[in-house]
Amino acid sequence: MTIAAKANALWEYANPRKFLATSERVLPFFWIGAGLCLVVGLIWGFFFTPDDYKQGSTVKIIYLHVPAALMAINCWIMMLATSLVWLVRRHHVSALAARAAAPIGIVMTLIALATGAIWGQPMWGTWWAWDPRLTSFLILFLFYLGYVALWEAIEDPDTAADLTSVLCLVGSVFAFLSRYAVNFWNQGLHQGASVMRAGAITGTDTEEKVSNIYFYPLLLCIIGFVLLFIALVFYRTGTEIRARRTKALMARERVNG
Amino acid sequence: MIALLLRDLKLAFRAGSGFGLGLAFFLIVTVLVPFSVGPQSSLLSTIAPGVLWLGALLACLLSLDRLLALDWEDGSLDLLATAPLPLESVVTIKALAHWLTTGLPLVLAAPFLGVLLNLPVPGFSWLVISLLLGTPAMSVIGTFGAALTVGLKRGGLLLSLLVLPLYVPTLIFGAEVARRGATGMETQTPLLMLAGITAATVALLPFASAAVLRINLR
Amino acid sequence: MTLKVTDLAIARGGVPVLEGLSFSLEAGNALILRGPNGIGKTTLLRTLAGLQPPLVGQIEGAEDQIAYASHSDGLKPTLTVVENLNFWASVFGTRDIQHALDAFALNELADRHAGNLSAGQKRRLGLARMLVTGRPIWMLDEPTVSLDRHAVEMFADAVRAHLGQGGSALIATHIDLGLDGEVLDVGPNKAKPKPFDDFDGGFL
Repeated sequence: MTIAAKANALWEYANPRKFLATSERVLPFFWIGAGLCLVVGLIWGFFFTPDDYKQGSTVKIIYLHVPAALMAINCWIMMLATSLVWLVRRHHVSALAARAAAPIGIVMTLIALATGAIWGQPMWGTWWAWDPRLTSFLILFLFYLGYVALWEAIEDPDTAADLTSVLCLVGSVFAFLSRYAVNFWNQGLHQGASVMRAGAITGTDTEEKVSNIYFYPLLLCIIGFVLLFIALVFYRTGTEIRARRTKALMARERVNG
Repeated sequence: MIALLLRDLKLAFRAGSGFGLGLAFFLIVTVLVPFSVGPQSSLLSTIAPGVLWLGALLACLLSLDRLLALDWEDGSLDLLATAPLPLESVVTIKALAHWLTTGLPLVLAAPFLGVLLNLPVPGFSWLVISLLLGTPAMSVIGTFGAALTVGLKRGGLLLSLLVLPLYVPTLIFGAEVARRGATGMETQTPLLMLAGITAATVALLPFASAAVLRINLR
Repeated sequence: MTLKVTDLAIARGGVPVLEGLSFSLEAGNALILRGPNGIGKTTLLRTLAGLQPPLVGQIEGAEDQIAYASHSDGLKPTLTVVENLNFWASVFGTRDIQHALDAFALNELADRHAGNLSAGQKRRLGLARMLVTGRPIWMLDEPTVSLDRHAVEMFADAVRAHLGQGGSALIATHIDLGLDGEVLDVGPNKAKPKPFDDFDGGFL
C-alpha cells in the first residue's frame, strides 16, 4: 500500500458510520487496556514503592497528578488538531471528536489542579500558590470553559463547529502566550518537568529527578490514562454522532412534514 | 472606510451608547477599591497600578456586547457584508471606533483615578504608556469575541467568558509595566512584550474576526 | 449584466431546502420570486447576495453586482434620513443621494431622525438605499411590507426606472406590483428527502 493510499484509508474513518462501527469494535480493548494499566500501575505505585525520603508517602499522588496534567494538555492539542481537520477537510466526525474531548479535558485539568493542591499542602504548606505552572493550568481551565460554553450556546451544529474551531485556534495561540507571560510574571515553587528528563530514565542522580522505582509504575499509569482518554473520546464521539444524527433526522422530518 | 468610522463615532456620541458608561464604570470601580481594602495610603499605592489596569480592562469589556450586536439586529451587518468593503476592514474599523470611544477615554482618565489611589509619582507616565499600548489589543480581542457571539441571545455573559482568558497576556505585561514603573524598576522587557502582543493582535486577529463574522452571517 | 444560476441547491441551517434551480436574469428584466412560506426564498436571496455558500451549483455574474435588501433596513435610529443615506452612499462609493430622496418622497423627512419615522417611512428609506448603491442587480426580500398603496406605487416606479436604465431585479413578493416581470415559482424545486441509507454521505 502506498503512503497516499494509506492516507486515504485513514480519511475513511471520517465517515460517521464507518467511525461508529470501528470504534465499537476497538472500544472494549481500550477499556480493558486502560483498566489493566491503571489497576496495576496504581496498586504498584501506592503499595509497592517506598516512601520518598523527603516527601514521605505524599509523593504517591504523583500517579494521578502527572498523568492527569499530561492528558489535560494533550487533550487541548488533540482538539486543536481535530479543529484544524474540520476547518480544512470538513469531516463532521473530527468536529464532534473535538466537542467530545473538551469535557474530558476539563475533568483532567480539575484532577491535576485538585491533586496538585492536595500534594502542595504538606509540601509547600499551602493549597494554592500563584506559581506559573499552577496558574497556567487555571488559565487552561478557563479556556476549556469558554470553548464548551460556546459549543453549548450555538444551535446550528455546523456553525458551532466552525466557531469553536476558530476559537480553539486563536485560544491555542493565546494559551501559549499566557504560559510565557505567566512564567515571566512569577518564577515558581513547582519543580521543573522531571518525569521525561533523561536523568529519570538513566537513573543519574539529580535533586529533582523521578527515580526508576517511581518511574515504571508512573509510566504504566500514564499509559493507562492515555488509553482511558482514547476510550472516553471514542465513546463520547459515538454519542455525539448519534445525537447529531437524531437531530438531522428530526430536522428532515420537519422539512418534509 | 472613513465613512464607517465616522458613522460609528457619531452613533457613539449621539446615543451616548457605552461612551460615558465605560468611564463611569471605571470611576466607580476605582472608588470602591478603598472601601473594600481599607484607606491606608501605602497599601493603596502598592495596588494602584494593578487595580487601575483591571478597572480599565473591565470597563473595556462592558461595551463589547453592543459592538457588533446593534449592527446585527438592524441588518446593517448583512448589508455591510454585501458592500465593496472587505469584512476584515469592517471589523478593524469597528475595533478602532471602540478604542476611540472606550479605550482612549480610559487612558486619559486613568491618571486622575491614579490620584485617588495614591499612585506613586513615577507611576503616572508608565500607567498611561502601558494603557495606551494595551487598550488597542483589548479592543481588537474584544471585537473577535463580539464576532463570535454576535448571533446569540445571551451573548453578553458568554462574551466575557470567552474574552477574559484572551486578555491574560495583555493584562500581565501591561500591569507589570505600570507596577514596575511605579516602583522605579526597569520596564523595558514587559513594555516590549506588551507592544509585541498588541502589534500582533492588531495585525492578525481581524482576519479571524472577519472569518468568524462570515460564518455567523450565513 | 446577466445573472446566471445553474443547478443551484441551497440549505438553511444545514437542511437542504431548494435544489435543481436554474434561471437567468437579463439586464432590464425583473423576476418575481414566488413560493409558499418557508420554502427558502430568503435563503435563496442571501445565497445569491454572497452571504452564504450554495450546497452545489454555479452563480455567475453576481459578484459585486448585487444590492440586497433584507427584511430589516439597516437604519440607525439616531442618524437622520440624509445621514443614513449618505453613509450607505459612501460605503458603496457613490455620491448623489438626491435622486433616491426624490424617488421615495423623502425630501420633507430629510432631517428627521430615522428613529422617529413610521414603519412605512422607514421602509421607504430602506428601499431608497438600493438607489444609492449604484449596483445593477437588486435583490428585494418582501419589499412592500408596511408600505401603503401609494408607496407601493412609488416603489414600482423606482423599479421600473431602474430596469429602464439597464438594471435588473429579483423580487420575493406575494402582491402584484404591476411590473411586467416573469414569475419564478420555486415551489417545484423543493428539496426532496434523501433515501435513508444515504447516511454515508454525512448525517442525512
